[in-house]
Amino acid sequence: MLGKLTLEAIPYHDPIVMGAVGAMILGGLALFAALTYFGKWKWLWTEWLTSVDHKKIGVMYIIVAMLMLVRGFADAIMMRMHMAAASAGTEGFLPPHHYDQVFTAHGVIMIFFMAMPFMVGLMNIVVPLQIGARDVAYPFLNSLSFWLFVVGVALINISLGVGEFAQTGWLAYPPLSGKEFSPGVGVDYWIWSLQISGIGTLLTGVNFFVTILKMRAPGMKMMQMPVFTWTALCTNVLIIISFPILTATVALLTMDRYLGTHFFTNEMGGNQMMYVNLIWAWGHPEVYILILPAFGIFSEVVATFCKKRLFGYTSLVWATAAITILSFIVWLHHFFTMGAGANVNAFFGIATMIISIPTGVKIFNWLFTMYRGRVELSVPMLWTLGFLVTFSLGGMTGVLLAVPGADFVLHNSLFLIAHFHNVIIGGVVFGYLAGFNYWFPKAFGFTLNERLGRYSFWFWITGFFFAFMPLYILGFMGMTRRVSNQIDPQYHLLLAIAAGGAVLILIGIICQLLQLAVSIRDREKNRDLTGDPWGGRTLEWSTSSPPPFYNFAKLPEVKDRDAFWAAKEEGTAYQQPTHYAPIHMPKNTSAGIIISAFSLVMGFAMVWHIWWLAIVGLIGMIATYIKHTFNDDVDYYVPVDVVARTEHEHFAQIAKAGVNHGR
Amino acid sequence: MRGNKQIQPGWLLCLAALFLSGCNMALLDPKGQIGLEQRSLIITAIALMLIVVVPVIVMTFWFAWRYRASNTKATYTPDWEHSNKIEFVVWTIPCIIILILGVITWRSTHALDPRQPIASTAKPLVIEAISLDWKWLFIYPEQGIATVNQIAFPVNVPLQFKVTSGSVMNSFFIPQLGSQIYAMAGMRNQLHLIANEEGSYQGISANYSGHGFSGMKFMAEARSQEGFEQWLAQVKASPSSLQFTDYQQLVEPSQNNPVAYYSTVEAKLYDRIVNQFMGHGLPGGTQHQMMEMSHEDAMPMNHADGEHMDVHSGNGE
Repeated sequence: MLGKLTLEAIPYHDPIVMGAVGAMILGGLALFAALTYFGKWKWLWTEWLTSVDHKKIGVMYIIVAMLMLVRGFADAIMMRMHMAAASAGTEGFLPPHHYDQVFTAHGVIMIFFMAMPFMVGLMNIVVPLQIGARDVAYPFLNSLSFWLFVVGVALINISLGVGEFAQTGWLAYPPLSGKEFSPGVGVDYWIWSLQISGIGTLLTGVNFFVTILKMRAPGMKMMQMPVFTWTALCTNVLIIISFPILTATVALLTMDRYLGTHFFTNEMGGNQMMYVNLIWAWGHPEVYILILPAFGIFSEVVATFCKKRLFGYTSLVWATAAITILSFIVWLHHFFTMGAGANVNAFFGIATMIISIPTGVKIFNWLFTMYRGRVELSVPMLWTLGFLVTFSLGGMTGVLLAVPGADFVLHNSLFLIAHFHNVIIGGVVFGYLAGFNYWFPKAFGFTLNERLGRYSFWFWITGFFFAFMPLYILGFMGMTRRVSNQIDPQYHLLLAIAAGGAVLILIGIICQLLQLAVSIRDREKNRDLTGDPWGGRTLEWSTSSPPPFYNFAKLPEVKDRDAFWAAKEEGTAYQQPTHYAPIHMPKNTSAGIIISAFSLVMGFAMVWHIWWLAIVGLIGMIATYIKHTFNDDVDYYVPVDVVARTEHEHFAQIAKAGVNHGR
Repeated sequence: MRGNKQIQPGWLLCLAALFLSGCNMALLDPKGQIGLEQRSLIITAIALMLIVVVPVIVMTFWFAWRYRASNTKATYTPDWEHSNKIEFVVWTIPCIIILILGVITWRSTHALDPRQPIASTAKPLVIEAISLDWKWLFIYPEQGIATVNQIAFPVNVPLQFKVTSGSVMNSFFIPQLGSQIYAMAGMRNQLHLIANEEGSYQGISANYSGHGFSGMKFMAEARSQEGFEQWLAQVKASPSSLQFTDYQQLVEPSQNNPVAYYSTVEAKLYDRIVNQFMGHGLPGGTQHQMMEMSHEDAMPMNHADGEHMDVHSGNGE
């Protein structure tokens, strides 16, 4: 009846796990009680959970991403503390069974459930506003994408308290992840959380690809799109091409585990090398999926806060397109040591290095945007400067790893760990945090506290250097990754410094949370009345903060690259239209959350081999979807008087605050 | 605030220098020719890249300071967005550097190809390495001995490692000697190394393989010819013998395995270990298919011939 699920599945004996589960349950109960006490359930359901508004979906993505940042970081700091202890002659506090789950979960959470949703969240909030659209192309799919992603998050967190998570590393290489060597449910949790959230990601890719191509404001040519939109477009192309590979690869592994096939097993002609190739054919584009939008954010931030047109726009766009294409012909550099011939290794090594050329050009473009500008050291700009320094180092170590002869000794070492954290923290995370500070006032209508933002930045970047520079040295000392006990004592000092760095990053994260709390408290003081707190250049700043649910009462006409800046220069910005037209908008729907709830049931049942329940989940998903397709009541027109009233309020606010013409 | 920022790198450098002098940097202190070549490759590549990276970091600080908003004396050109000269430089210089690095990469990848035998007058010593859960089994086919978690070899003699796995994927790695290579069930990988200095070097698995992974360490003893022969005699004195049935017991997972010696070993045990995954479920296995696999997946053409002889003639040489 319950498949493999018994009460044994709950790890009562592990105090760390039980503590974490207890905290999650208490937090959930507190939230439940608060919602009930304040009578907010209906509001939550109608305004948020069933919303198809891209801005609200974006906000929800980022809330989940922030929670998962905390969860993933808790894993990280546990590992750092454990390694510092385990290299000092003690056993540390995490036995291999637990430690191996922690590093697997850390990787999976940080990539799939922190970085991806943070990126998709920013894209949701910003892209439709930047291109002067009123929503995305497929609002219902957008809601469905979000909720499928939440199911992935739910499954990986359920694995903490019910059963176990994979102990295979974040990419679950077979044969270790096969049934023979990982008979538990850990890998199954990994499979279903990735499969279900991966479908959500693919839908997002399609959705935004179409949105950017088809829904730009009248007059906006491709080469007039803001750079963030360009990078979002390239990222969505990458998603559309690469995520099906992930889905297919994981599906083959699923068949190996559930149906006894032999795609990747040791015996019967299975080929583990095929899995490694396939997973990286997705995995390498994946890192560009994450970094390209960060490059877009830096481009927006640097132009805005240097009060200058972006240097070399065309060059930046072509560099982005080049990276998009090249990212598909470098995957083999993740396994030069697997035994391919010298010609093959050299080809992939050189292809990888070639990517550093357009990337380097981008860096120079940002530098020359600062050159002869007026650089305001605001929080987003600090993250950008920190990125330029940090990412240059990470890029350099990346090119070094692309030299097969060097990779033969550095592969899988802590040097590699230092490298990819160097580019993912120094590039992706710094970028998203810059974007978070930059667009927060647009999403919520008030600016974030600058002082705490600065503290957060300084703790993060200092912590980063202390946490990861020692890892480069440890790599040179021959220390490999994923070692958890009886660590050579000569590594202790550097591991202890790295643990100290993790504590500094922890303070950085606390500053960020404080920044959020303090800013919410002081929101009235920091209201953004004009909609343009920074002297922005692109269309998202031309509407109010937060924007009305229809974004633009009148769709903007675009004639220039920095459309809003040009309008301010010409004096055509902030002109209230004399009359309004009804606005066509999508209606909220609960189909997305219901389909996803059924998919959670299915995923959980599949993990535990509760076949009847899995069938119920699958039928529920399909039936809800079919029912939704028969629903014709999906849109409506916003009446003119509602639009007029909203716009009058906005213009009254602008009049009160005085317009912001940038310079 | 700003003053501190500028002092910081200096302090970091001092601290770094202090740590580095105290650290035993295996990769920067290699004990064999392959490792030495890799060290100079790493240093050359870093030096080349610093040509771009250092100016970028300097320009970041310089531009941020020079063009800070409060410095109203600095030139301000809000609409300047294009310069053919700058574009030319920022595309050309990285291109030239990558061109140079590309040539170095092409050459070094061939020179350091793990399958490339090391030129030497001495006859290479063959050692077969099999990763198991969670220990290393080594077979010396020419000496007819086997060990667990320890190898020894004479200095200045090229070593030909044949690497496979009896379990999941691992990576065979002796950091102070140079390159690593994956160990995979049913696959024959090769790695050529050499030690030019006597000493005991730590060997590890460099690819996570499960709960006992941390303990998959072995010692690699580089000795004089006499020292190596003494070690051989010691192994030969062991009462244990390694037949396929013993191997099947050894395959059972175990952690932090002690060193073990086997004075005799079943002939062609390595081939048997590789071949057990090659049957494709057909009775008696199909050696023909096995050859094809090793041809395409794990073997270069020029070295494959020797392996073919192994299979065809049953000659262990």
